[in-house]
Amino acid sequence: MDILDILLSASFWAAAIRIASPLIFATLGELICERAGVLNLGIEGIMVAGAFAGWMAVYSGTGLWTGVMVAMVVGMAFGLIHSVLTVPFGLSQHVVGLGVTLLATSSTYYAYRLALPEVTSPPKITAFQPFEIPILSDIPLLGPALFAQTPMTYLAFVLVGLVSIVLYRTPLGLALRAAGENPSAVAAQGLSVTGIRMGAVIVGSGFMAMGGAFLTMSAFDSFFFEMVNGRGWICIALVVFGAWKPGKALLGAVLFAAFDALQIRVQQTPLGADIPYQIFLMTPYVLSILALIVMSRRAEVPGALMVPFNKGER
Amino acid sequence: MTTPKSRTIATLSRRQFMASTAAVALVAGASTLATPLRAAEPIKTAGIYTVPVEQQWVSRIHKAAMTAQERGDVDYVYSENVSNTDYARVMREYAEQGYKLIIGEAFAVEQEAREVAAEYPDIAFLLGSSFKPDDALPNFAVFDNYIQDASYLSGIIAGSMTKSGNIGMVGGFPIPEVNRLMHAFMAGAHEMNPDIKFQVSFIGSWFDPPKAKETAFAMIENGADVLYAERFGVSDAAAEKGILAIGNVIDTQADYPDTVVASAIWHFEPTLDKAIAEVNAGTFKAADYGVYSFMSEGGSSLAPLGTFEDKVPEAAMTLVNERSAAIKAGTFTVEINDEEPKSS
Repeated sequence: MDILDILLSASFWAAAIRIASPLIFATLGELICERAGVLNLGIEGIMVAGAFAGWMAVYSGTGLWTGVMVAMVVGMAFGLIHSVLTVPFGLSQHVVGLGVTLLATSSTYYAYRLALPEVTSPPKITAFQPFEIPILSDIPLLGPALFAQTPMTYLAFVLVGLVSIVLYRTPLGLALRAAGENPSAVAAQGLSVTGIRMGAVIVGSGFMAMGGAFLTMSAFDSFFFEMVNGRGWICIALVVFGAWKPGKALLGAVLFAAFDALQIRVQQTPLGADIPYQIFLMTPYVLSILALIVMSRRAEVPGALMVPFNKGER
Repeated sequence: MTTPKSRTIATLSRRQFMASTAAVALVAGASTLATPLRAAEPIKTAGIYTVPVEQQWVSRIHKAAMTAQERGDVDYVYSENVSNTDYARVMREYAEQGYKLIIGEAFAVEQEAREVAAEYPDIAFLLGSSFKPDDALPNFAVFDNYIQDASYLSGIIAGSMTKSGNIGMVGGFPIPEVNRLMHAFMAGAHEMNPDIKFQVSFIGSWFDPPKAKETAFAMIENGADVLYAERFGVSDAAAEKGILAIGNVIDTQADYPDTVVASAIWHFEPTLDKAIAEVNAGTFKAADYGVYSFMSEGGSSLAPLGTFEDKVPEAAMTLVNERSAAIKAGTFTVEINDEEPKSS
C-alpha cells in the first residue's frame, strides 16, 4: 500500500475519526474554560478520572450512558476544585491545573485499588459498539468513515455544533466570551464573572472527563492507569491550533488523528523498513507543531486568559 | 548449635552464666551478621514495581512472590506504580526497614538501582534488567523474561495457522526482552513456512491499549490474519475482526476463547525460588538469573491450547512436541537475538 492508497481508504478515515473522538471532547472542554479566561491544565488528570469513573460505573452495573454521565459528574467535581482555587481565590492557573492533574490521577489510582484490590487483569465491560447510521453509512468513503462509528463519536460531533451555537448565538455564550476578553465589561452588566468562569470550568471539565471515558468505554473496554497517555496535553495545543473556535478545533483534532492513523500505516510500507519507528511516532506531533506555528499567527487569544478578576479592583 | 550450650548453662554459676551469656550473645550477634537468616524464618521480601501489578510482566513476579509467601518462604510486601524518578527512594526505604530481598525492575533506573545496591551490601537485590550482573556489586543480581523457548513454540503454531502468510506484531518499545521474544516467535513461524511476512510496529508506550488496538487494525487491513499480542489491545482488535492472536507472558485465552490460539507463558517461580535458596544459604551473589526463565528450568511454557485443542494442524503440533522435548533435553537451542525486529 502506498500513501495515496492509504489516504483514499475508508478504513483510514474511520481510524482517524476514532482516534480524534476523545480529543474532540477534551478539546471542547478546554476551549470552554479558556474562552471564559481560565487555562485548565487539570485536563490530563480529569481525563484519567473520567476514564476510570465511567468504566467503573458500567462495571458496577449501570448502563453505558449512565456511565458517561458518571464520568461527566466526576470531571465536574474536579472542575469545581479547579475553579474555586483559580476563580474566586485567583491562584496561579498553571500551578492549580498541574495540581489538579496530579490529584486526579493519584486519587483515581487510589479508588481503583480500593475497588479492585486483587485482580489479575483489569476487568472488561461491554463497550459501545459501532452503530451504522442507515443510508448515510452507504455513502462511499465518507459513509464508513463518518457514519459507522460508536455513538460517543456522534455525540462528540453534536457537541461541537452545540458549543458553537451556545458560544456565538446565545446571551450566555456572549457573557462567557466576554468573561474571557474583558471581565470588567461583564461585571458592568451586572453579571457575575466569578459565576460564569466557574461554570465554564466545571462544564469544560465534564467534557474532558467524557473524552477520557471514550477511551475506556468506546475505544477500549477496560481501564489502564496510564492509558490517557498525554492526550490531554495534545488538546491544550489543539485549542490554540483551533484559534479558540470549536469548528477549527474539531478540524485540528481530526488532522492530528489523521497524522497518527497515517504514521501507523506508513510504518508497514517499504518506507517503514528504512526509517526508525520513533520518527513515525513523532510525526503527528511534529506536524502539529508546524501547523500550530502557521495557524497561531492569526489566532486571537482571549484577552483575559489567565488574568484573575477581582470585583471592584481598579 | 545453641542446644548443647543451653544444657551446660544450667550447671554453671551465676557469674559464669552472665559471662557465657554475653559471649553467646556476641557469637550469636556476630553470626547473624555473617550468615543470613535460617531457612525456617521467612525472608523479608519487598517488591517494587513501576506499574500496577496487573501489568503482564509484573503480574508474573507478583504471583510467584505470593506463592512463596503462602509456602512460608518469604514475608512479601510490595509497592506498585512507583515512578522511575521515585524508584531509588523506595528501594532505600525498604532497605532501611530491614528487608533482606528486594525484587523489581531496573530497566529505566539501571545506574541508580546499582548505586543504591552498593550502599546496602547486606541486602540481596534481584531486579529485572537489560544489562549484565557485575561482580564488583555482589548483592545485585539480574533477571529477565527469557521465554524465547515458549515464544518459539507459539511461533510454530502461528505459522501453521496463518492462511495469508502475513503476521502482525505490535510491541511497546524495542527493548531486549521484547525483541528476543519477537525474534524467537518469527523463527518458529518460519519453521512452518519460510515465506511468511511480518509486520512489526512499536507504539512507544507500555499502556495505551487504544493505540495498540488501532495499530493492530491497520495491520489487519494490510493483510495480517494472525497477530502477536505483546501489548493489551491487540487481542481485542483480533477478536473484533475475527482473526487469530497469540498471547505473550500471560495466558489470555479465557478472555478471548475464540481467537487466542496459544500463549507463551512466563513462570517467575524458578527465578524467585533460586534467589530464596541463595539468600537462605548465604550465597547470594551477582548473577544473571535469566536462565531460570528458560523452558528447561520450568521458567516458561506454552499454555494449554484449550479451546484450540485439535484445531491446530497435526504437523505443527508434532513439531512443537518434538522441539519442546529437544529444548528440555538441551539438544535444541532457540537463538537469543536482542536486535530490534523489522517488518519483512
